[in-house]
Amino acid sequence: MTATAERADAEIGKDRRRKEDQRLITGRTRWTDNITLPGMLHLSMVRSPFAHAKITGIDASAAKSAPNVVDVLTGADFGDELGVCINAWPITPDQVTPNHSPMPADRVAFAGEVVAVVVARSAAEARDAAELVDVEYDELPAALDLKDAAADTVLAHPDAGTNKSALWVFDSGEAGTGGNVEEAIEKARADGIVIEREYRQQRLIPAFMEPRSVVVDPTGEQLTMWSATQIPHILRFALAATTGVPESKIRVIAPDVGGGFGGKLQVTPEEWIAWAVARRIHRPVKYTETRSESLQSGHHGRDQWQKLTLAATKDGTVTGFKVDLLADLGAYVAIVGGGVPVLGAFMFNAIYKFPAYRFSCQTVLTNKTWTDAYRGAGRPEATYAVERIMDELAAEVGVDPLEIREKNWIKHEEFPFTTVAGLTYDSGNYEAATAKAKEMFGYDALRAEQKQRRDAGDRVQLGIGISTFTEMCGLAPSRVLGTLDYGAGGWEHAGVRMLATGKVEVTTGSSAHGQGHETAFSQIVADRLGVPFEDVEILHGDTAVAHKGLDTYGSRSLTVGGEALVRAADKVIEKAKPIAAHLLEANVDDVEFSAGTFNVKGTDQGKTIQDIALATFAAHDYPEGIEPNIDAESTYDPVNFSFPHGTHLCAMEVDTETGGTTMRKYVCVDDVGVIINPLIVSGQVHGGLVQGIAQALWEEAVHDDSGTLVSGSLVDYLLPTAADTISFEWDHTTSPSTTNSLGTKGVGEAGTIASTPAVVNAIVDAVRHLGINDIQMPCTPARVWKAIQEGAGA
Amino acid sequence: MTQISLTVDGTQVTDDVEPRMLLVQYLREKLGKTGTVVGCDTSNCGACTVHLDGRSVKSCNVLAVQADGHEVTTIEGLATNGELHPVQAAFRECHGLQCGFCTPGMIMQSVDLLNENPHPTEAEVRVGLEGNLCRCTGYHNIVKAVLYAAEHADEAEKAGVQ
Repeated sequence: MTATAERADAEIGKDRRRKEDQRLITGRTRWTDNITLPGMLHLSMVRSPFAHAKITGIDASAAKSAPNVVDVLTGADFGDELGVCINAWPITPDQVTPNHSPMPADRVAFAGEVVAVVVARSAAEARDAAELVDVEYDELPAALDLKDAAADTVLAHPDAGTNKSALWVFDSGEAGTGGNVEEAIEKARADGIVIEREYRQQRLIPAFMEPRSVVVDPTGEQLTMWSATQIPHILRFALAATTGVPESKIRVIAPDVGGGFGGKLQVTPEEWIAWAVARRIHRPVKYTETRSESLQSGHHGRDQWQKLTLAATKDGTVTGFKVDLLADLGAYVAIVGGGVPVLGAFMFNAIYKFPAYRFSCQTVLTNKTWTDAYRGAGRPEATYAVERIMDELAAEVGVDPLEIREKNWIKHEEFPFTTVAGLTYDSGNYEAATAKAKEMFGYDALRAEQKQRRDAGDRVQLGIGISTFTEMCGLAPSRVLGTLDYGAGGWEHAGVRMLATGKVEVTTGSSAHGQGHETAFSQIVADRLGVPFEDVEILHGDTAVAHKGLDTYGSRSLTVGGEALVRAADKVIEKAKPIAAHLLEANVDDVEFSAGTFNVKGTDQGKTIQDIALATFAAHDYPEGIEPNIDAESTYDPVNFSFPHGTHLCAMEVDTETGGTTMRKYVCVDDVGVIINPLIVSGQVHGGLVQGIAQALWEEAVHDDSGTLVSGSLVDYLLPTAADTISFEWDHTTSPSTTNSLGTKGVGEAGTIASTPAVVNAIVDAVRHLGINDIQMPCTPARVWKAIQEGAGA
Repeated sequence: MTQISLTVDGTQVTDDVEPRMLLVQYLREKLGKTGTVVGCDTSNCGACTVHLDGRSVKSCNVLAVQADGHEVTTIEGLATNGELHPVQAAFRECHGLQCGFCTPGMIMQSVDLLNENPHPTEAEVRVGLEGNLCRCTGYHNIVKAVLYAAEHADEAEKAGVQ
């Protein structure tokens, strides 16, 4: 018998070093691009240099006769065989959704779209030959600017007749979740405060470190696809649904995947093309994109104009909030592209008790790279808007921005709280997180220093930025997704297998690409089954191994996948119990399970779960009428989203002569419920913070007047370096979620959602006395300097 | 084709390579040293960093023929006799990696940084890692790991003196 009694609840909450790390720090990794198969051929894509053009001819003769080129194929060569890139979330019944062929035969709709594929014996030869493919285009006018496109001045897809894809509206008066916002605004205009702003969410690029890569092996009974994807299960479903290959004949593997951030939440043209080529020529093929291809043709994120109207009483109590969005879809409606701003729709009221709310979003097609989920997906945009405008309200009322937030936020004793957007927040404590953050930050001292510098007219001014964010994550209750016309559910699947030797194999449908599932999930199972952490193996990212799942996005892995794991483990215990009772010669009702051991109540007789696993394997002696098997699976459909929150405080110094900004201090206190592994959670926050800070200060995907992506390499798209960033001060409060048994909330996107408004609020706060109330992101020195010049002249 | 002879992770190798072949392609495609990875095409990301005669280089910026007669160490040759290099151990200890794609380059650059400056300040670490991009960690724990490795190398040194 193994002694496990002292291990009760030992793992959850522990700073376990990650199981994943050994292979990653020694280079024994399994990236898709590492894969080499016998006879494997390499692909190179020929991409359109034009944003919008008719393809009038493709001459591939020179490429075909280049050394070691096997073939050159175009969209016309494939026809329907190619499948189609899917939109899984038509947000309205009348959404305009242009057909998205992975390799269009007649017309390209953005610069970077694939028009031909070269197949050669080496990647270098394929790339050389791609240069020789002569494509003739008739350039068409391109719809580029979002506002112009919304006015249909130039059509991105002439056949569609409009660029307006879908108009999605939520109105609290109509939904019965609140009052009429127009009445609130009218009343505030007469006797209160109305703040109107228009904010820009610039276009960003997810820029995961591992470029996307795909290998397809068509030999054998099953077609196997390895892909650097976040969504192996959804990818398999999509391949089967659109190409007619039976799902059972397809195996998709996401091996080690180097980051995603939403950018690998896509079914991509390149995957489709590799699939089609492999099937056509019956040989394994590999395609790995270059970084420039990745930046140009992998989907982008954000890209909205946000028109906001906030109504309040004179003391700063908000009475209504109206949001009108324009969202740039780019050239096609991506897998959940239209739905991203809709996720934001539920978050513009944030942590506040707004009595009336109206949200409308017009999604718009343009001839730019398609957009879709990027870390936060709709929620950073919403959080930015509301946290920025709450600062504007505080300035108008003339009080500290923290005071205006406190006046409007949900008090901790008011949970569970149903918001004006119709969501029920299960738990939270904004007071506690804020009090802790203020103390860590030294809020009062920094405010005093700010006043001193302002009074002295210092060249370098200090600003304090606040973001008291919340978000909805843990996607998602399937019934809610159904009401939003989403094409799939939101459940997650897990399996727990007790091996004969007492080791445990766990399968999860949520595969990791940096999040540390193998460690955190092992901690959960180790605690639940009372087995050593080291004895648990987490298997994921292979549809033949973890056969069922809905993958990784929306901070769902722990709250949904983790709960499925708990339930599967509990089923294992339930299945083992009668066998244990039988072996202990006791009544089942007299047997209890604790810390890995089934004990007969009131005795010292017991059998460990490992004992039962071995006994079940031997199957010499087990009760009549049951199977000799204690393995179990669970499919968990969450009953609610999870609502992490936190208070982020940022101090920025602004040089009023150069416009240069320097981050001096960043403190955040997050409440993500019960924490399984604090080391991993704080790491998720750090990384999230820098992505959000990068939106505030540096990153922007820029297309020129002809639709070419100017920021098309890492020379031009400014990813922050270690030298651009600082160390952060992180802590947490704990308001357990009441809707999953672990009490956990999501954390993957929290930092990104919170940090952008904290930084911009700090910059605006530093120069507000100079007549400035907004600076468009990214707040580059040039933009800050210009704002100061204009402010001073105003 | 040009013949090259070099030492990679302690092993002598000889191959015929195209003159235009990059060192990183040679390592990955000819030698199967897939621990070293390619993250960009403009030498910005540093994911492919290896050591050439003990100094860090971005192996996408070196031709294989330039490595002829030299000694290359990759992430796969950093541990000795199954013992992790202290910088590798520090990255694990401090959670200095998430997806792990930048990690080989980041570790090789950190080793070089500490060889040059065994007692760096936080600011010196940050500047020293400027040529290596990470999208997951926000650099917080990478910087911590390098400082941790420096500190613990000190401890080991002191223990040796006593």
